[in-house]
Amino acid sequence: MEDSKIILIDALVKQFPIGGGEFTALDGIDLTFGKGEFAGVVGPSGSGKTTLLNIIGSLDTPTDGRVSVLDQSIGDLSHKKAARLRNEHLGFIFQTFNLLPVYTVFENVEFPLLLLKMTAASRKNAVQDALEWVGLSNKVKSRPAQLSGGECQRVAIARAMVKRPEIVLADEPTANLDAENSHNILQTMEKLNAELETTFIFATHDEKVIRYLHRKIHLEDGRVVKDELIDKKN
Amino acid sequence: MIRFLLKGLLRDRSRSLFPILVVIAGVSLTVLLHGWITGVIGDMVNSNANFSTGHVKIMTKAYAENEDQMPNDLALLGVDEILTDLRKRYPDMIWVNRIRFGGLLDIPDENRETKTHGPAMGLAVDLLSNKSPEIANLNIEKALVHGRLPEKPGEILISDDFATKLGVSPGESATLLSSTMYGSMAMQNYVIAGTVRFGVRPMDRGAMIVDISDAQLALDMSDASSEILGYLEDHIYDDAKAAEVAMRFNAEFAGSEDEFDPVMLTLREQKDLASYLDMASGMSGILVFVFVLAMSLVLWNAGLIGGLRRYGEVGVRLAIGENKGQVYRSMIYESALIGVIGSVIGTAIGLGISYLIQVKGFDFGSMMKSSTMMLSNVLRTQITSEAYYIGFLPGLFSTVLGTMLSGIGIYKRQTAQLFKELEV
Repeated sequence: MEDSKIILIDALVKQFPIGGGEFTALDGIDLTFGKGEFAGVVGPSGSGKTTLLNIIGSLDTPTDGRVSVLDQSIGDLSHKKAARLRNEHLGFIFQTFNLLPVYTVFENVEFPLLLLKMTAASRKNAVQDALEWVGLSNKVKSRPAQLSGGECQRVAIARAMVKRPEIVLADEPTANLDAENSHNILQTMEKLNAELETTFIFATHDEKVIRYLHRKIHLEDGRVVKDELIDKKN
Repeated sequence: MIRFLLKGLLRDRSRSLFPILVVIAGVSLTVLLHGWITGVIGDMVNSNANFSTGHVKIMTKAYAENEDQMPNDLALLGVDEILTDLRKRYPDMIWVNRIRFGGLLDIPDENRETKTHGPAMGLAVDLLSNKSPEIANLNIEKALVHGRLPEKPGEILISDDFATKLGVSPGESATLLSSTMYGSMAMQNYVIAGTVRFGVRPMDRGAMIVDISDAQLALDMSDASSEILGYLEDHIYDDAKAAEVAMRFNAEFAGSEDEFDPVMLTLREQKDLASYLDMASGMSGILVFVFVLAMSLVLWNAGLIGGLRRYGEVGVRLAIGENKGQVYRSMIYESALIGVIGSVIGTAIGLGISYLIQVKGFDFGSMMKSSTMMLSNVLRTQITSEAYYIGFLPGLFSTVLGTMLSGIGIYKRQTAQLFKELEV
């Protein structure tokens, strides 16, 4: 494995049982992702984007083939090891934000750090930093219900970034946001990608997101049909 | 982490307040129900033991066969010797002899002519000795309505209802007309010292309580008694202990066919109490079981709804890096905490209401006018040591079980499936 390649996908197949037969969601995917990429898996609904993200995020396992994330083979991980991988190295951003409604902004962002058993002082500093990145330092005591959709997604980004993971997986992160908020969110993520060298992988079919990507992987019927690098300097 | 989860629990009322209220309601009802059943059964046992059966009772075999007819011609003889022997062999137990008899109580007017009369159910007990346990056994001091306790031979107590019916008051004379143990006519004059109300319908209808020496004199039953009653230590009926005492006693007369040999019966073996006690105990068990089951279903359902509501939270927690075991265990701990809090409060409320009913009671006297069961008119709950923990069975066990069962659904799901569901 090349040093900079942190995700290796080799002949990945994922099938789901449907009725008496099987549905092939991913069919022979070969991909690699390097450190600091800002990439997106794009394609229509049902093309296998979310399934691919789930497998990279160790939320699901391959039916066939091999997926290695940070030198750990996803198919061979136990539940505990997969949880540890997610806990220590991966961040997730969801379409519906999925903040915990009874907790404050601060507590939502703090949660991943509790699992890492960090001290209270370290947690406080890390949460403050994360909220500063997303411009929500003044909302620490607010509850999710008191925030706008854009603010909620920014909290979700802070939660994903607070432990400074190597990889952030974002599944349709702008689907519930208006254009202005979508751009704000994407600019925030782009900035974090540049400053912290975090690898961002999106699953999206939203043109607003696609415009920000540095690499676009087109998926159709579970196969990679095009993998293009975008030169952002032009 | 524990503090974090506790915060969530406290803030989310549907996760804490609602389940706690359900547990409180269920537990307090369980404690109350248990106290009620225990109280009614306990009252039944105590009333029967005190007024009729003792914890064990010795009669002649022939008397025992026709006990309802009070056949004093078949009474025990040589009672003093039997009592001395029993007190030596079973020093921890209290032994008393009694005579039961029927008769007519005649109330004379100022000319010594019959003013009124009525059938009396006579009970002769030791009323006059210094340390007679019978005053306490029958709770006579508390039962006294008018007058006083007999202080010398020739004084009797009659039930207050009987006195009202006969139109007689303490201080007036009464004549007992009955038959001796040899079949002759017995007639004896007494002075009514007081009237009593035991709150036990069969006794309150027409009881006449007389000192045993007076009865022995009137019924020609010198050194004879209908029965000898034995009470276990602390006056608490223990069927196993009573059975052991009875077995040892009866073993001495095994093989003898003399119908005048004494036989010892336990409380359980008398008056069909075995089937009643078994039924009551079974009912108690069934009721508690049904309650636990119902509570389990209610709390399982509550847990399931809570679990479904929390798919999002579970999914996020798994995605963030908690493993399924941690999530599942935290849900169990949470439900255990709810179960403990609900059970403690529910037990306190249940005990409080039970205590009120134990003190005040419910008067069912009007519904038991023709009852022959030795059961108090006023039924009460009884708080036993079990009442302090029985509520924890449905309260804690059901809550945790409900969450465990509903949590399995979440636990068994593929992580990605949960993830997908929360996205939906």
